[in-house]
Amino acid sequence: MTALVEIRDFRLSFDTFDGTAQVLDGINLTLNAGDTLGIVGETGCGKSVLARSLLALNPSPPARIVSGEIRFRGDDILRLPERGMRKLRGRAISMVFQDPASYLNPLLSVGTQMEDAIRGQDAAAGARARPRHAARALAAVLLAAVGLPEPARLLDSHPHQLSGGMRQRVLIAMALAGEPALLVADEPTTALDVTVQAQVLALIARLVADRGLALMLISHDLGVVAASCARVAVMYAGTVVEEAPTTELLARPLHPYARGLIAAVPDLDRPDHRPQGIPGSIPGLIAPPTGCRFHPRCPAATHRCRTEKPLPRALLPGRAVACHHAVP
Amino acid sequence: MSAAAEETVAAPPRRRLRLALWLLTRSFSSMLGLFLVTGIVVLALIGPWIVPYPDDVAGGVNLANKLQPPSRAHWFGTDEVGNDILTRVIVGARVSLLVGIGITFAAAAIGVPLGILAGLAGGRLREAIMRFTDLFLSVPGLVLAIALVAALGPGIGNAMVALILVWWPGYVRLAESKALSIREEPFIEAARVAGASRARILRRHVLPNSISPLIVKMSMDIGQAILAVASLGFIGLGAKPPTPEWGAMISIARGYLPEWWWYAMAPGVFIYLAVLGFNLLGDGLRDILDPRSNRG
Amino acid sequence: MTDALLHAQGLAKTFEGRRGLFQPASRIQAVADVDIVLARGAALGIVGESGCGKSTLARLLLRLIPPSAGTIRFDGQDITALEEHAMRPLRRRMQLIHQNPSAALDPRLSAEDAVAEPLRIHGVASGRALRDRVAALLAEVGLPSAFLHRFPHELSGGQKQRVCIARALALQPELLVLDEPTSALDVSVQAQILDVLEELRARRGLAYLFISHNLAVVRQVCERVAVMYLGRVVEEGTAAAVLGAPRHPYTRALLGSVPRLGARGMAPAAAGEPPNPAAPPQGCAFHPRCAIAVDACRSSIPPLLAVGDGHHVRCPLSL
Repeated sequence: MTALVEIRDFRLSFDTFDGTAQVLDGINLTLNAGDTLGIVGETGCGKSVLARSLLALNPSPPARIVSGEIRFRGDDILRLPERGMRKLRGRAISMVFQDPASYLNPLLSVGTQMEDAIRGQDAAAGARARPRHAARALAAVLLAAVGLPEPARLLDSHPHQLSGGMRQRVLIAMALAGEPALLVADEPTTALDVTVQAQVLALIARLVADRGLALMLISHDLGVVAASCARVAVMYAGTVVEEAPTTELLARPLHPYARGLIAAVPDLDRPDHRPQGIPGSIPGLIAPPTGCRFHPRCPAATHRCRTEKPLPRALLPGRAVACHHAVP
Repeated sequence: MSAAAEETVAAPPRRRLRLALWLLTRSFSSMLGLFLVTGIVVLALIGPWIVPYPDDVAGGVNLANKLQPPSRAHWFGTDEVGNDILTRVIVGARVSLLVGIGITFAAAAIGVPLGILAGLAGGRLREAIMRFTDLFLSVPGLVLAIALVAALGPGIGNAMVALILVWWPGYVRLAESKALSIREEPFIEAARVAGASRARILRRHVLPNSISPLIVKMSMDIGQAILAVASLGFIGLGAKPPTPEWGAMISIARGYLPEWWWYAMAPGVFIYLAVLGFNLLGDGLRDILDPRSNRG
Repeated sequence: MTDALLHAQGLAKTFEGRRGLFQPASRIQAVADVDIVLARGAALGIVGESGCGKSTLARLLLRLIPPSAGTIRFDGQDITALEEHAMRPLRRRMQLIHQNPSAALDPRLSAEDAVAEPLRIHGVASGRALRDRVAALLAEVGLPSAFLHRFPHELSGGQKQRVCIARALALQPELLVLDEPTSALDVSVQAQILDVLEELRARRGLAYLFISHNLAVVRQVCERVAVMYLGRVVEEGTAAAVLGAPRHPYTRALLGSVPRLGARGMAPAAAGEPPNPAAPPQGCAFHPRCAIAVDACRSSIPPLLAVGDGHHVRCPLSL
């Protein structure tokens, strides 16, 4: 069976004034239909750039694909021309973003924007765009599907009349319009309050289950990923350092960075447990550390870590760790 | 992008300079602007010493030589009294540049303090300043300037005064909006918490952070002011002949069109290049000074 | 209670919106009827979601904005109506840490200049002594002297927040108001900054007013917690009581909504979203989202009721 998404040795860099930043350095990930994969990591680890690569949304320049491939249902999408990519966007792969307010046009009603999106999908598919009233009917169905009450009234309202949570629901509804196989969610709840975040995460979980969607959820928050994804990949400085089933990773992280990340999260239920920071700060990517990119901050680093880049090793079934010293 | 945001970098001032140069050299139009402005400044500085016919600057009369077409001896030809046009255009650069810079700086000197005061003070004072500014802005600038010069009497000095009087309101607007936005920055609140007085906040935080857009506007305005002075000169309200001022030269040359086309062409081309140069440079400076373009 | 460092009573702030051409002036009650007592060396957490008034409260307590009602006492002195110039000597004793360290630093000042500024303003030190003092302050927050001449854009988020903390410490304050000090930071850096803050409190006997939406962080730093909803305190008490055994339905919802590392799946603990402060619901502000609301909740605002040792709840149904 071909995987839904297969990322192989994907390298991408940004050309900047100071030099070439190696933003993604050999990413390998596989996503099957219906999988839920969380990508977790801190600022600058490349998780958003990776997510955008799936839809060719990184502005180029400065972004430049160095090597590797991203296959969607077997076809390499990195070599796809913009026309072909447009057919994929929204229909095969959809995306929701962190800041729902800035992804809606403040001057147009929700209905108009949804109709445009739906008709745009038709056109991208090479079909004739359906009439406005048909698009509007579908928009109302989608709004109901994301749990928004009174879809008909909502279609006539403007984005500023909606709360943050409602806007994100509208964007999720629009992302569903093309019946995608994969939903990429880039920090979808970061701009929302915690009670609303819980609602949106529950909605995403329900949509994934009901529609058989595959989900790639990008987040800085381990808790959000833990709540939504069966598997998680931990990224650091442009590399995936560990990939594992979520419960196993949280119970027993094998990579020193994953261990540090988990130990840094304060636990509401265990106030006596002191979160531990990771000493040092994120390295620059123009001249990243040699060998393992985490070695300058790693308590267990050896000479080998400084010279030789660790490749992912399948230490346990379903778990891959990019560390010379990790043991199962 | 976020990936590069955590870069550690070389010593700040040198890096900033290199970055500025990089941004500038990356854009052809900025480089062209810099080249044109540098050329005009150089001409203004050393013009009187390099012109081929220094005696023609003051406007001697040499009727035997009048209205010669461009030649090896007179690249841009000669005018109606036999003066070398190249000489007069080069010397005119000094007049135009001084006038353009003078108008711009004087207007900024009036407008910026008023604008920042309005932005920081708020309330009635702000209303008073801004409504007074609107009063000036609601009349077309050049028309107002023409009326003022007509009242003051023609001449390059009065033309400058008139243009300064119509030019400052733009700076009030810009400085006010800048001050309003900076006032809301958390680092201003941090300074207040540290106990800083209004004067200190203004001097140390608001002014330095307002400079960038002002520099951009001033660069563009110098070009516009050169054009405005030339316009006044053209309708006889600016510099008086035989002052070698570009607008005044075109004003006289108009009478000799189209047969003696070169007479009007030389000052015209220079006005065009000067305005173009300052505008392109302003655009380039905006790219450099905008912090968002820092990442390159 | 008399020796409380900070003592606010009945504090309220109403923002008057500008009257539009075709619409009446809008009034937003950002903070209403808030009592705060903060002892020397104590840490009080203020938690709540966006628009609950916690940042406005911080600025009221620091007298950065004038209150509409209520009194504020700092070290026994009534500062409610002090003029800006009379506040200035007191500003040395109360400092603010902002949420976003990138915006809280003037982009044109180096770390050294930023930390030196308060010392210069108050004429505390100059020349060599000033430079030594600044270096010592930066060292205290974990930044070696190599960072002295760095500008904000050359520092990471955590380093910038350290500079902000050093700047706040420069005048040896007794009170630090921290407005979401770690929410702009990565989690591994957050832990570092929290360590710095806890060390400083222990060493310098600082009092913290710690504003955050992150309950786990507040639980770790603070002894006492006040939960705010739409401008009012709805529950207040020790961190262990409020966050360990919450009584108010909103506090319960808040705690129930936090994603835990151990738990797969997410059951929303409250429906709806925080209301618009310009059009607050009648009665208890939480009643439209509350599962146990009764008719009385829709008509009158319940008082803060004592439910135990220093534990107060603004909900008669939770008794």
